[in-house]
Amino acid sequence: MADRHPLFMPLVLVGGLIFGFGLGFSQMARPEVVLHFLQFEDLGLLFVMFGAAIVSGIAFAVMPRLRDSAPLTGDRYERRLKPFDRNVLIGGAIFGIGWGLSGICPGAAYASLGVGNVTILWALAGMFVGAYLQGVWRSTRATTELAASDAD
Amino acid sequence: MVADPVPLQLTAELFPNGISRYAVGGLLVGLGTVVIYVGTGIPAGASTFLESTLSYVSGRSRFQRYVASRDWRVVFTLGIVLGGLAFAATVQSGVITTPLYDAGTTGDLYEVGGVTLWATAVQPWRLFLGGILVGIGTRIGKGCTSGHGVCGVGSASKTSIVGVLTFLTVAIATAQIVAALGVSP
Repeated sequence: MADRHPLFMPLVLVGGLIFGFGLGFSQMARPEVVLHFLQFEDLGLLFVMFGAAIVSGIAFAVMPRLRDSAPLTGDRYERRLKPFDRNVLIGGAIFGIGWGLSGICPGAAYASLGVGNVTILWALAGMFVGAYLQGVWRSTRATTELAASDAD
Repeated sequence: MVADPVPLQLTAELFPNGISRYAVGGLLVGLGTVVIYVGTGIPAGASTFLESTLSYVSGRSRFQRYVASRDWRVVFTLGIVLGGLAFAATVQSGVITTPLYDAGTTGDLYEVGGVTLWATAVQPWRLFLGGILVGIGTRIGKGCTSGHGVCGVGSASKTSIVGVLTFLTVAIATAQIVAALGVSP
């Protein structure tokens, strides 16, 4: 971590700034707008999600052909591929209930705070509580399973 | 009076606030992701911050696995917050005006020190309870709207496409049921 490139953090900050500005401009940072989308009253949000996915998709496809590794980390350019298991379905469904109830997701919640929506601290507090609960549960289960397999 | 042709009527119904603010915002969200990816090779998602930040206060293994990335994830999140504030101080405050931005009528605007800020009218219990489920679900489900939705779909990852279809379908059903029960906003 100490040998990180001096521009690493500034670049992450700039990327976050553009990302957050975009969430403000699109109004995805407003729970009302997300709820209107989910209730089929305004489908514009499709352009945010697919627009962003297309732009990033171009970079994910092109960068590995242009360079072997990223300039600030030396890491290879790879796509975001995660193994599929039933957690993707279970977690996705739980997230879906939460998103449909509140109209807010993590990135949009951070941006929402920035546009002045202090009330969104309720959602952010909830997200930390939820992340903590699942983390404690999964950490405990992992330890128990490890202990059980050691005993065999 | 001549009525609009059917396609235009349909467009106005499906997109009452136009599409430009959404398309421009989406391009910027994508651009922010690309800037970080091109420089670092990292396809950054927003929800890992929740667990990586918990590693500062909890020694649990589930959080400690994110120790290596927790500092830049704080910076990424800080950037997103400040990006939202930059939007508020410019476009939302009317300092920069553009026909691409449709202000809409949701929530409440208020002013602090010459900056026009915005607050939601959605009830706190919905935000808190929904937030808990978002925190549990995104971390068990390996990603959120940015991790799966932007980076994963952009990577043509089958896992992420299934993940997005799952949370999108369930969210639509939930929002429709909650609205049908008369909960508003």
